[in-house]
Amino acid sequence: MSDRKKLVQVKNLKKYFNVGPNLVLKAVDDITFDIYEGETLGLVGESGCGKSTTGRTMIRLYDATGGEMLFDGRNVHKMSTTEQKEYTKQTQMIFQDPYASLNPRMTVGDIIGEGIDIHRIMSGKDRMGRIYELLQTVGLNREHANRFPHEFSGGQRQRIGIARALAIEPRFIICDEPISALDVSIQAQVVNLLIKLQKEMKLTYMFIAHDLSMVKHISDRVAVMYLGTMVELASSAELYQKPIHPYTQALLAAIPIPDPEIEQNRQRKLLEGDVPSPINPPSGCRFKGRCGYAKEICGCEMPSLREVAPNHYVACHIA
Amino acid sequence: MMEREKILEIKDLHVSFDTYAGEVQAVRGVTFDLYKAEAIAIVGESGCGKSVTAKSIMKLIPMPPGRIKKGNIVFNGRDITGFSRKQMEAIRGSEMGMIFQDPMTSLSPTMLVGKQIAEVLMQHQKIPKKKAMEKSIEMLKMVGIPNPESRAKQYPHEFSGGMRQRAMIAIALACSPKLLIADEPTTALDVTIQAQILELMKELKRKIDTSIILITHDLGVVAGMAERVMVMYAGKIVESGYIKDIFYDPKHPYTWGLLKSVPRLDAENKEELLPIIGTPPDLFSPPNGCAFAARCKYSMKICYTMQPEMTEAGPGHKAACWLLHSDSPRVERPEGIGRSCCNE
Amino acid sequence: MIEINKELFTHIGINEEYSEAINRPSMTYWKDAGRRLKKNKVAMAGIFILILFSLMAVFGPYMVEFTYNSNNYDIIHQPPNKVHWFGTDALGRDLWARVWMGARVSLFIGLVAAVIETIIGVVIGGLSGYVGGKFDLYMMRFIDIMIAIPELIFIILIMVIVGSGVLPIIIAFAITGWLRMARLVRGQILQLKEQEFVLAARTLGADTKRLVFRHLIPNTLGVIIVTLTMAVPGAIFYEAFLSFIGIGLRPPLSSWGQLANSGAQVFEQYPFELLIPAVFISLTMLSLNLLGDGLRDALDPRLRK
Repeated sequence: MSDRKKLVQVKNLKKYFNVGPNLVLKAVDDITFDIYEGETLGLVGESGCGKSTTGRTMIRLYDATGGEMLFDGRNVHKMSTTEQKEYTKQTQMIFQDPYASLNPRMTVGDIIGEGIDIHRIMSGKDRMGRIYELLQTVGLNREHANRFPHEFSGGQRQRIGIARALAIEPRFIICDEPISALDVSIQAQVVNLLIKLQKEMKLTYMFIAHDLSMVKHISDRVAVMYLGTMVELASSAELYQKPIHPYTQALLAAIPIPDPEIEQNRQRKLLEGDVPSPINPPSGCRFKGRCGYAKEICGCEMPSLREVAPNHYVACHIA
Repeated sequence: MMEREKILEIKDLHVSFDTYAGEVQAVRGVTFDLYKAEAIAIVGESGCGKSVTAKSIMKLIPMPPGRIKKGNIVFNGRDITGFSRKQMEAIRGSEMGMIFQDPMTSLSPTMLVGKQIAEVLMQHQKIPKKKAMEKSIEMLKMVGIPNPESRAKQYPHEFSGGMRQRAMIAIALACSPKLLIADEPTTALDVTIQAQILELMKELKRKIDTSIILITHDLGVVAGMAERVMVMYAGKIVESGYIKDIFYDPKHPYTWGLLKSVPRLDAENKEELLPIIGTPPDLFSPPNGCAFAARCKYSMKICYTMQPEMTEAGPGHKAACWLLHSDSPRVERPEGIGRSCCNE
Repeated sequence: MIEINKELFTHIGINEEYSEAINRPSMTYWKDAGRRLKKNKVAMAGIFILILFSLMAVFGPYMVEFTYNSNNYDIIHQPPNKVHWFGTDALGRDLWARVWMGARVSLFIGLVAAVIETIIGVVIGGLSGYVGGKFDLYMMRFIDIMIAIPELIFIILIMVIVGSGVLPIIIAFAITGWLRMARLVRGQILQLKEQEFVLAARTLGADTKRLVFRHLIPNTLGVIIVTLTMAVPGAIFYEAFLSFIGIGLRPPLSSWGQLANSGAQVFEQYPFELLIPAVFISLTMLSLNLLGDGLRDALDPRLRK
C-alpha cells in the first residue's frame, strides 16, 4: 500500500488571520496529511472548518503562517522562481461560484486559453485548436468559444472552469466546492466529468465539499475537518461504515437519505448547539463543547491524528 | 377516503414575467390541493417554478413585471387570486406564514428579534405590546433558542445562521397560521444545523397542526418531511403522489433522472451517477411539446409535438408523460431506482 | 389539436444539440448596455443636445459674418433680431458668435479637466486598492483630509497663485477633482480583488500587469465612465462660477461664465444677455447628468432584466 507515490505532503500546516486587536482567526491549525498520486482525497467539514482555506494555502493564494507543503518531494514555499512557475503549471484549482469564477469581460475562448497565454505554450491556430479540444472534452461546442460567461448556465460555467484548469495540463487539481452552487442533476454531470478526466489524464484530486454523500462517492479517502483541525482520515467506505470520531458520527447522523422508509424510521442522536467561531478558539480539543463523551483531558490537550485501525486515523482522546 | 378539509386549492396557475426579451413563462399550469395538517413537498431544480408558485400563493411576486396570467388560488374556501394588497396583508402573518432560504435578508437587521415577533402578534391579534413581548419570548423558547429572554433583546446579526432560521420560524408561526410555506429553509445551513431545524419543524407541525408546503431540491429532506410530493420541471408539475410512490415507484423519466443522479450515503459500491444530459429549457421560449423531451432517453415523436396531460398511474399518483398513454410502448424503469415490491 | 395515433409513439430519444443550445442572440456587455441606453429616452435626449451643442461650437461662429471680438459701438445691447440672432453685448459684439466661441472654451475645459481628473484618480485609486497595506492606509487618510476642505476654496487659492487662464483652471480642477474618482476606483478594485475569477487568474500564474489590465480595470470601466460623465458638468459649472466672480477667464476670451458675468451686470435692462448663456450652461449640465444617470443604469449588470 505504501508503495504508492506521495504526490503531496502537508506537514503541520497553519494559516492564521489577524481580524482585529488580539483577535486571531485560526482558520487552519496544524494539519498533516498526504495525498497519493492518482487518488482523490475528499476534505469535508461544515462552515468555518478551514477546508477552503487549506486548499487556497496549498495553491499559494494565501501564504502559510506555519508548517510546510511538499509537492513531488520539493518544498513549495522554498522554491526558486522557475520552480514556482513549474509548480503553478502542475497544480490548478476549480472554484465554487460559477457566477464569479469567470471574468465577465472575456470570451470563453480567452478564459480557457489564459493559462496557455500566460505560459506561452502555443499560439495562433494551435492555441485555438487546443481550446476547441478542451471545449469538447467538457461537453460544450466549438461555437461557445466566442460567447460570454453570462450567456451560460451554472453547470456549463463550471465546465468552462474545468476546461480552464486543464488547459495547462496539471497533475494535481484542487476542487474547492465545485458543485455546491449547482442543481442536483447538474452536479452529477460535473462529478462524472471529473471522474472521467481523472481516469483519462491520470489526475490527482483534492475534493473539498460539505456534501458528504457526494464526497464519499467521488473520493478514495476522506478527511473530516472541524474548526481548523483534522479529526478523522480514512477510506471513504470505512469512514461511513465505522466512523470513530464523535463529530464524524454526528455528521453522518445528520445527513438525510433519499429513502422515506429509512429516513422516517431513523433513530439518531442529533448534535446540539451551533458551530462555534474559529476566532481565538479554546485550548484542547475543539469539539469538546458539543461532544457527549468529553473528559477532562479533552479540555487540556489537543489530540493529534493517530492510527487507531489500519489506515484509519482519528484525533481523539477517547477513541 | 375520509373527507379531509382542504386548506389550499391551486387551479391551473399560470404566472409570467414581462422582461426586456419578452414574456418568461415561469409557471405554466400548476394544479394541486393541500389538506389540513398535511406536509407536502415541491421538488425541482432551479428555474422549475417552485419558488414562483409558492411566492404567488402569498402574493409576494412583484407585479409588474410578474403577473398571474391565468388560474385561481383558493385559500380556506376563499378565492384570493384577485385579493388586493390590503386583503393579503390581513392574511399574511395570521393565516399564512412563510420562511425563506436566507434568514439574514429576511429578518430586519435594525430591529430587535423579540420585537419582530411581537410586531406580527400586535398587528394580527391586536394584543397590547407587553403581552406581545411575553408571547414572543415564549415563541423563542418553543423554537429551541436558549436564554430566550436575553435573546429577544438582541439583533439578528448577533444570532448564528441556525438561530436566525429558528427566529424566522418563530415569526412565521407566531399566530398559529393554517399554512406554512418553507422555501428552501435549510439549504443555506450546515448539515448538522439542518437536521436540527427539520426536527424542529416536524415537532412544531405536530403542536400547531399547521399544513406545510416545503420547497426544496434536496430529496433527502423530502424523504424525511413530506407526506406527498410534487415534482416540478420547466414550470409544470410532472409527477405527484404519496411519498412512497414517488420514491419507490416513480413514473416520470425526470423523476428517474433526479433519483439516479443523487449519490446516497448508504450506497454500497460506487455506482455511476446518471446525470440528466443538457440543461432545462429557457422559459422565454418554451418548446411546444413536453419540456423534458430533448433530454429524455425515452422521448417519442408525440413528446416533441404535444404536451402530455397529468395521467393517473395509481391511487393519488399522477404523472404528465406520454409513456403512460395506452398506445405507448412499455418502458421499464431503469435499474437502481425505487423498489419492485410496493405496488399493492 | 393533432389527432393521437399510434405512429406518434415512435421513439426519438435525446436531442443533444437542442439540449445544450443557447437560444438568445449573443450580446457583449457593451452591446447590451448600448441597447438599454437607447431605450432610455431622457438619456438619449441628453446625448442629442450634447452632440448638437458640440457641432454648433465648431460651426456656429462661421454661420454669421461677425467675429466674436469685433466691437461696433453703434449697435450695443441689441436684443435678438434677424441680423444678430442672439443680439449684441455692451461693446456691440455679436452674441451668437460669442456664445459658440464660449462653448468651445467651456466644453474644452470641462472635458479636459474631467479626463485628467479621471486619469489621476484611476491610477492612484487603482494602485491604492491593489497594493493595499500601508500605502493604501496613508493614501486614504490623505484623501479623507483633502475631501474635507471645500473644493472651491482650494480652487480659488490655486487660481490666485497661478493666475487666470484656461490652463490654470484646468490644473486647478484636476488637482481637486481626482479625489472622488480615486475612492470609487479603489472601492471597486478592493471588491474585485477577492472575486474568484481574479483568484483563478492568479492560480494560472498571471502577473500584476495582466491582472490589472485584463481583469481589474475592464471590470471597473463602468464606474469610471459614469463618474467621468458626471465630472464634466462640475467642471463646466466651476468655470462659469469662477468667471462669474471674476477670477476665471479674462476678456476678450469668452466662455459661458464670462458671458454670464457680463450679462449679469446689465441684467435689469437687458435680461437676455444673462439668460442666453445661463440657459446653455444649464442645458449642458442637465444633459450630461441625465446621460450619466442613464449610463449608470445601462452599465449595471444587475439591472439586466
